Amino acid sequence: MQELINKALNGNVRSIARIISIVENESQFTEEIMKTMYPHSGNAHIIGVTGSPGAGKSTLVDKLIESSKADGKNVGVIAVDPTSPFSGGAILADRIRMQRHAVDPAVYIRSMGTRGSLGGLSRSTYEAALILDACGKDVVFIETVGVGQSEVDIMKIADTVCLALVPGMGDDIQIMKAGIMEIADILVINKSDRDGSEKIVAEVQTMLDLLKGKNWVPPVLKTVAEKGTGVKELSNKILCHKEFLQTDPEGRNRKLRQLTVEIEAILQRELAKLTEHQWGQHKDEQLMEKLLNRETDPYTVAGKILEDTLLNTPTRD
Amino acid sequence: MSEKKIRVIVSKPGLDGHDRGAKVIARALRDSGMEVIYTGLRQTPEQIVDTAIQEDADAIGISILSGAHNFYFSKIIELLKEKDASDIIVFGGGVIPDDDIAGLLEMGAGAIFGPGTSTSKCVEWLRETVGNKHNLESN
Repeated sequence: MQELINKALNGNVRSIARIISIVENESQFTEEIMKTMYPHSGNAHIIGVTGSPGAGKSTLVDKLIESSKADGKNVGVIAVDPTSPFSGGAILADRIRMQRHAVDPAVYIRSMGTRGSLGGLSRSTYEAALILDACGKDVVFIETVGVGQSEVDIMKIADTVCLALVPGMGDDIQIMKAGIMEIADILVINKSDRDGSEKIVAEVQTMLDLLKGKNWVPPVLKTVAEKGTGVKELSNKILCHKEFLQTDPEGRNRKLRQLTVEIEAILQRELAKLTEHQWGQHKDEQLMEKLLNRETDPYTVAGKILEDTLLNTPTRD
Repeated sequence: MSEKKIRVIVSKPGLDGHDRGAKVIARALRDSGMEVIYTGLRQTPEQIVDTAIQEDADAIGISILSGAHNFYFSKIIELLKEKDASDIIVFGGGVIPDDDIAGLLEMGAGAIFGPGTSTSKCVEWLRETVGNKHNLESN
C-alpha cells in the first residue's frame, strides 16, 4: 500500500485514481492512506462550483480549467453526480463538457457518485480533494450535483464557493430564502444572455446590500459559460477571494471550522460502525418481541448497546 | 472491506453520432447498480483511454456504428498496453459484422454484443468478468 501511496504522491495518475477508489469504497486501507496524505496537503486552492441542475456548472468548470491552465496551474477536478437510490448505480456525465482536457497531463478529472449522501457531494469527496491536493494539484475544482435549496456540504470542503444561478428560476423571495444562497463567496449569473438576467442581478445585489461592512461581500458576476463570456473576470474574483483568505482572519477561521466538521464526521462514522456491530450482536427475536409488547423501550435498548460498545471497544494506539 | 462498485466507461469513438445504443446500455448498467462514466460522442482513443485511467474504470464499453471498429478497438487496446493498463476490460457493440468479431476478440476485446442482444446478457457478462478481476486483485 505504501508503494502505491508513494507513486500517487509523485503524481502517477493510475495510482492516484486507484487510491481514490480505495478510499471511495471505504476499504480498510482508507485510514492509512489519509494519514499518509494529510501532511502533504494544504497547498491547493479548493474551489466549489454549485448550483441547480442545468445552471451550467460543468461548462463553467471546463472554462475555469482553461484559465487555470493558462496560469500554469496543475488542475484537479472532482465532478459529483447523483447515485440512484434504487439500484445504487449512476450515470456520471459531467465530464462530457470537459473532455477536451481529458488527454492533458496537467488536468485530472474524476467523476463520483453521491452513493447515498444528500448534501450535494459524496461521502468521500473531502478525501478525494485532499488526495489531489497532496498529490500536487495547485487547484482542485469540485462540482456538486445539481442542488436545490439546502445542499450545502460544499462549504465544509471548499475554500471558495461559486454559486451558479440562471435567469428565470424564481422570484426575489427565492433569493431571500436561507440555505444555498448563504454559502456563496462568489455569485455567478450564468446564461446571462437570456431574458431576465438584469432582474436577477438586481435582486441578488439587493440581498447582498445587507452584508455591507463585512470584510468579504460576495461579488455578482455575469457569465455566458458556453461562449466564455465573463470567465476571465470569474477567475480573477476567485483569485481575489484566495488572497482575501490569506490575509483576513476569516481564512484561518474557515479552515478551523472545516476541520472541526471533519473530525465530527469521522467520529460519527466510526461510532456508527461500532454500534452497528453491537446492535447486530444484541438483536434477536426475544428482544424485538419485548419491544413490541412495551416491556422495554427503544431508548433503553439503545442505551445498553451504547454502554456495551464503549466497554467492549479496545483502546487504539 | 465493503463491496467494490463496478465502474464502466461508455463511449463513442470517431465521427458517428448515433448514440441511442450507448445510452440504452448506459442506463441498463446504471440500473444494475454500476457507475457509468458517460463521455459522450466523438472521442479519440487517447481520450477514452486517459478517461478510463483517471476514472479508475474496470471496463470500457465502446459503441460503434461507423464500420471503423477494427481500427478503434486495436488502437484502444494498444494504448491501454502502452499505459500499463491492460487490466481494463474492453467490450463493445453496434453494427459489427459477424466475420469481424473473432478478429476483435483475438485483439483482446472481452466481448462483442451485436444488435438484438438483451441488455441483461451484457450486464451479466460484465458483472462476472469484472467480479473475477476484483477477486484476482484482492488475492
